[in-house]
Amino acid sequence: MPKALDAIAALRGKWSGVTDRASLDQPAINVPAADLLAVLGFLKQEQGFDMLADVSGIDWSPGVSPRFTVVYHLLSTTDHEYVRVAVDCPSDTLPEVPSAVGLWQGANWHEREAFDMFGIRFSGHPDLRRILMWDGYPHFPLRKDFPLAGVDTLLPDLEVVAETKTNAIAAPMAGGPFVAASGGINMTNAEPRAKDESWNERRPKPGS
Amino acid sequence: MVSANSELTYDSKIEGDVIVTRADAVINWIRSNSMWPMPMGLACCAIELMAVAASRFDIARFGAEVMRFSPKQSDCMIVSGTVTYKMSSAVRRIYDQMAEPKWVIAMGACASTGGMYRSYAVLQGVDRILPVDVYVSGCPPRPEALLDALVKLQEKVKRERSFSKLNTA
Repeated sequence: MPKALDAIAALRGKWSGVTDRASLDQPAINVPAADLLAVLGFLKQEQGFDMLADVSGIDWSPGVSPRFTVVYHLLSTTDHEYVRVAVDCPSDTLPEVPSAVGLWQGANWHEREAFDMFGIRFSGHPDLRRILMWDGYPHFPLRKDFPLAGVDTLLPDLEVVAETKTNAIAAPMAGGPFVAASGGINMTNAEPRAKDESWNERRPKPGS
Repeated sequence: MVSANSELTYDSKIEGDVIVTRADAVINWIRSNSMWPMPMGLACCAIELMAVAASRFDIARFGAEVMRFSPKQSDCMIVSGTVTYKMSSAVRRIYDQMAEPKWVIAMGACASTGGMYRSYAVLQGVDRILPVDVYVSGCPPRPEALLDALVKLQEKVKRERSFSKLNTA
């Protein structure tokens, strides 16, 4: 029996809130936010999942509840097995989960990125600042209600704004995004121009 | 009575050592043939920029081999790569720190227009914050394309009013 399935069976006995999560590859579980640190600590210290490979976020889109999910990918460097741990954020408006920095120092920047892109707060994080966008950027770009092209925003340096009279603008999409849809739908709906987000005289600029 | 100034009139002793020209032509000739670049390497175009400086393409043939990483010592900023909004203030600040006269080459699609990054995070062309003299197409451009841009910039510099502009200013 693979190590990861052993570990999940052991988890089940200790925390009743742990449930299986649909997955196409490695074993995956859902964990309530209240049990998150205990479960991650158990997987690290008792089950040998000693490396935190990734922390990422999901926005299931506005109106869906729970809206935000945080996903942890753990790797056992001795057994070469992965396990995926997902936790739904209890609040849809102020998503917050406990920080895993106490268990893995490497969680620090991953959590900062999830905070930067999704606005998910990690309680107990030692330095929860934006990591990719600049400090003071007012949006969370990977949320589903944020347009790919962006919205008009002040540049980080107000002196540059005063000098150049320019802003961070909604990018002209020029027929993009050039990504075809997957699945067995007809080609007219699947090809990139069906999702044209460009703006011109007839169609207003997004966010304006 | 006005006496003739022998210093400024024809003197057979220095014949052959004197060239008469316009100050603009001399100044522009000097400026265009020792253009010290400020390598603003931000993405993969910077790799091509390094190739331009290396032996195979050898930008030294055009007098622009002295890449200076200090804005105080450079004449021509080569913006090579994707300018994110977060980086844009640093790019503008370094440009402001360069001493006049100064020029800008926008190298590649990203620096010129934002390129393939139609995104919330990328400045849609460095000409939104800097005055660009020469744009280079390509993703990334061939090293020859950057050499061509440098030659075009030199031609532009040679057409400028440099000394006469100082007089009128």
